[in-house]
Amino acid sequence: MTHVLLVLPLLIPLTTAAVSLLAWRGIALQRVLAVAGAAALLCAGVALLAYVWKNGICTTQAGAWPVPFGITLVADLFSALMVVLAGVVGLAVVVFSLGSIDRGRDAFGYYPLVHSLLLGVCGAFLTGDLFNLYVWFEVMLMSSFVLLALGGERPQLHGGIKYVTLNLVSSAVFLAAVAMLYGLTGTLNMADLARKLAGIQQPALVSAVGMLFLIAFGIKAAVFPLFFWLPASYHTPPGAVSALFAGLLTKVGVYALIRVFTLIFVGEMSFTHLLILVLSGLTMVTGVLGAMAQQEFRRVLSFHIISQIGYMTMGLGLAGLAESPAMASLALAGSIFYIAHHIIVKTNLFLVSSVARRLCGTFELKQQGGLYQAYPFLAVLFLVPAMSLAGLPPLSGFFAKLSLVQAGLGAGQYAIVATALLVSLLTMFSMTKIWAEAFWKALPEPSAPEASPQRLSTKPWLTLVLPIGALATLTIAIGLGAEAVFTLAMRAAQQLIHREEYIQAVLGGPT
Amino acid sequence: MSTLLAIVVGCLYAAGVYMMLRRSLFKLILGLVFLSHGANLLIFTVGGLTRGRPPVVPPGATGLAVPSADPLPQALILTAIVIGFAVLAFSLALFHRGYQTFGSDDPDDLKVSDQ
Repeated sequence: MTHVLLVLPLLIPLTTAAVSLLAWRGIALQRVLAVAGAAALLCAGVALLAYVWKNGICTTQAGAWPVPFGITLVADLFSALMVVLAGVVGLAVVVFSLGSIDRGRDAFGYYPLVHSLLLGVCGAFLTGDLFNLYVWFEVMLMSSFVLLALGGERPQLHGGIKYVTLNLVSSAVFLAAVAMLYGLTGTLNMADLARKLAGIQQPALVSAVGMLFLIAFGIKAAVFPLFFWLPASYHTPPGAVSALFAGLLTKVGVYALIRVFTLIFVGEMSFTHLLILVLSGLTMVTGVLGAMAQQEFRRVLSFHIISQIGYMTMGLGLAGLAESPAMASLALAGSIFYIAHHIIVKTNLFLVSSVARRLCGTFELKQQGGLYQAYPFLAVLFLVPAMSLAGLPPLSGFFAKLSLVQAGLGAGQYAIVATALLVSLLTMFSMTKIWAEAFWKALPEPSAPEASPQRLSTKPWLTLVLPIGALATLTIAIGLGAEAVFTLAMRAAQQLIHREEYIQAVLGGPT
Repeated sequence: MSTLLAIVVGCLYAAGVYMMLRRSLFKLILGLVFLSHGANLLIFTVGGLTRGRPPVVPPGATGLAVPSADPLPQALILTAIVIGFAVLAFSLALFHRGYQTFGSDDPDDLKVSDQ
């Protein structure tokens, strides 16, 4: 039974993508399949999470090869939670795409690509093998390359070239790091690596390899000096695609960072995790300052992704520097909570920006306006995720930030706490900027005829608002039921901190 | 042998980075190719070089002769080469389309999406 649950999150998107490709000309069929596949993925994710919650970490060996020779699939609470979130984002974006993706993209395999992207993302969450992680990354990247460039508009090509280049560099660094690690230990199974690295008496070399991983995953996660591809590319594809990217891609990088730096590289934490903490602070500040300088809806949001990534890695850094395991768990739980909250909120904000674009004909904030007057309901749906992003109680972002700040104070890292609080104030500022420009002020005199607001016809209206409403409801639900979500995050964090549990679940051995 | 390969890997990385810093999309792609080949050779070298001892159990024996070559790095490299090939094919198509659209091979001329 556990085998099936572990494989389903991979099998469902794979089958959906393959069948959709076979039905190349049947776009209506592709749409039905895409929605059904995403819904099934979400169900499979929830079932996996429930199973792991009840029975602890579950593993399976591909092809029944004995560990550590085959590829291991592992789901602990953290990865199961991430699969659920991937399902949520996948479903919301696919439904949103029904009403917003143009015929041309529809006809050239948009839906199969979305599902192969989800396949790569879920694979990266569930694998227990470092080289396999590289392969899943490539599956995900390849789909994202095509999704980003599909349509071939000028900005898309420009953003695509930068995105492809930097991600390929990151893959090369990742591969080199994997090679060094294999040379050091002779294994690629993550649990086996964790066990064997403890016996390697070359701390400098191990730390150097750790830094290679930090660079490789740092590029994917858009951490401070390595984030340039993100604001250059995320605002170029159609709204649904950028919502999908914003929700999932960088978070796979953060997931990989957390996995590797809680399981494998835990020898020199006073160095590695301090570096991560410093980078987190810089990431937050540069991200939010970049956002304040922007005047385009999606670019503001793109820079906010960067600043939010800082919060997620902040928990990881604090966990390494904390004195007691309880404190470390609290910090990591903050990170996990933050990731869950961020994925939902960010996807939602990008979806709202896409609707605003449809209504005003542009993403430029200066030329938008009057949305509150025309669509007060939509304005509320923007306000919920926006205030959650800034961390206003009782929304989800408040509790995520609260636990991070508590952990920071507990670890005595006052500088990072001050940075985090200041940055959330600035986040608030730039969210109110969007509110004031796009929603509150009157619509400026249209300079071009196509810039005048259009009424939406009823049919796409529902597919556009339904996912936004659902995600906003989820944000409020996480905020109101924060205790339940936090318990989940806490248990996931404890599994990460007590890594023996993971190692034992994969390798077996003495209990 | 591994010293020689280490130098080759180093040269590939250096050449790759140099090519990526040139002002040309085509050289950028060449740089990426060098980087990925460098990484492949690195896996090969770091995995340990054993000549003339294939990992095949001889007839009558119960296990591998020690030392024998490690087949895993080659499997990894094969996978990485296939992936690298696909990615390269895609990026060539993308960069070519970019060249056609912008009419320039200089990355600095592609100024539309972030001024």
